[in-house]
Amino acid sequence: MMDSAQTLHDCRDAFVSSLQDAATQDHRIVAVCNDSVGSSKLAGFREQWPDRLVNVGIAEQNMVGVGAGLANGGMIPFVCAASCFLTGRALEQIKADVAYSEANVKLCGISAGMAYGELGPTHHSIEDFAWTRVLPGIIIIAPADPVETRGAVQFAAQHTGPVFLRLSRVGVPELFDAGHPFTPGKADVLRDGDALTIIANGTLTHRAMHAAELLSRAGVEARVLNMATVSPMDVDAIVAAASDTGAILTCEEHSVHGGLGSAIAEVVVQQHPVPMKILGVPGIFAPTGSANFLLDEFGMSPDGIQQAGLSLVQRKH
Amino acid sequence: MPSDAHTLDETARQIRLLDLEAVFRAGAGHIGGEMSAIDILTALYFHTLNIDPTEPARADRDRFILSKGHTACALYATLAMRGFFDTAELSTFLQPHSALNGHPNRVKVPGVETNTGCLGHGLPIAVGMAKAAKIAGEKWRVFVLCGDGELQEGSNWEAAMAASQFKLDNLTLIVDHNRLQQGATLIDTNDIAPITDKFSAFGWASRTIDGHDILSICNALDASQVEPEHPTCIVANTFKGQGISFMKDRVEWHHKVPSRDQYEQARRELEVNT
Repeated sequence: MMDSAQTLHDCRDAFVSSLQDAATQDHRIVAVCNDSVGSSKLAGFREQWPDRLVNVGIAEQNMVGVGAGLANGGMIPFVCAASCFLTGRALEQIKADVAYSEANVKLCGISAGMAYGELGPTHHSIEDFAWTRVLPGIIIIAPADPVETRGAVQFAAQHTGPVFLRLSRVGVPELFDAGHPFTPGKADVLRDGDALTIIANGTLTHRAMHAAELLSRAGVEARVLNMATVSPMDVDAIVAAASDTGAILTCEEHSVHGGLGSAIAEVVVQQHPVPMKILGVPGIFAPTGSANFLLDEFGMSPDGIQQAGLSLVQRKH
Repeated sequence: MPSDAHTLDETARQIRLLDLEAVFRAGAGHIGGEMSAIDILTALYFHTLNIDPTEPARADRDRFILSKGHTACALYATLAMRGFFDTAELSTFLQPHSALNGHPNRVKVPGVETNTGCLGHGLPIAVGMAKAAKIAGEKWRVFVLCGDGELQEGSNWEAAMAASQFKLDNLTLIVDHNRLQQGATLIDTNDIAPITDKFSAFGWASRTIDGHDILSICNALDASQVEPEHPTCIVANTFKGQGISFMKDRVEWHHKVPSRDQYEQARRELEVNT
């Protein structure tokens, strides 16, 4: 279970404050949303730059197309919407208007994963890694804490080309020091060990760290990688993890099909096969429950991750 | 750019010949819808659009989107005639690794603004372009050409609402109203009539014109015709296969390819129709 002593942060706060900082420095930055000023926390942006907040109403296909058009017109649009609707409803626009057209659009999937918890699978976005990572040219980032969120927004604002920021509202502790640099496509080694590697991102990274501490108490030392960038992958870090530790356990707030674990497995089986276990939503529509309840339910409590790690280590040659 | 009817008609005739030849050589294409759109493309590229083929990405250029991207060959022939690239390149249409794909690609073809092919995408993107001009206080205009059957895509109506809400009087939609879609007439499929009334109800300034009268198209596209604070919808009445007798108004010519005899007959007709 969660460590209640830690201060937890809603990463949307870091997202909007860094977006506003970027917009202060670069007048080309505009926000586009689908009646989601509140859920995307854009009220402050709207107050400061009412002309640069483009609210298209409840119309996600138009929203993404408008984003591509704004980019063509020289703007840097941050298209903000609940990730389930952004990626599900407007996937063809993301493919053709953004990725294929190489438009300078920043897709901001708010409350991704199971952040909407009890609202159910219509509002869960546990397919978005799978849907977006097959599209060439989109950099996909799922930050683990407010510091990394800030770095990811700064990167997106400065990078020319499509970016998908996959953001949660579920509270997470700070994992990085304030000055920690965000490097796209590079995983962070949060902890070293030789028995196995746990790779996670987003809301799962702090759970993975907690699990590694439990494993250490049991005499099993795990390397922990925070892999915020799902595309392009940090292939070197994955191969090194396979080579150095001989087993890889992945954790994500996403379906076990097509997400972070699948992407890592594609590298592992082709470059350095080792035993793997992929933790995530196990190919079902989730039952009613909060995000944290569901993560625990699907074996991703720190204890659940520890147990998966112990089982995985047993499978090593 | 020339504005007399004879010169523009002559340009359109040459574009039709280039299109016909490219489709015949490639053995594929969407020639019917290309012939219906070429007079509109001629009016845009040889009269209305503020563009510079030597500087296709100039920031203050007018924007044009061919939302009915399957008629790409007509756009390629028009861009080549306008000097964006050599007309000789049209012979590569659909060949392996050609820049001239079956649907336009902005990364590979100078003058193309966005990659179309999925129907119902052009108008939302055009709304974004027009909104960008408004935010930046720029004067450039945005034009988008879509098919009439394409209006069956719901995304167009999302965009139609937004364009009106945002008062995008710098946006003009032209509907290539040839009344035929891929497999049948609109009326027998999903009739979207009355188009002008629908756009008017959505807050647009709408009108109907003859889509093969180039001067009439030019006049309708003129900035003086814009109703302040309202986007413009021009329904251009056209014929699929216009200019070639055996293709005209025939649904099967949506993507049929002419035989050699048909190609030669079409050439003769287009060469006579000066």
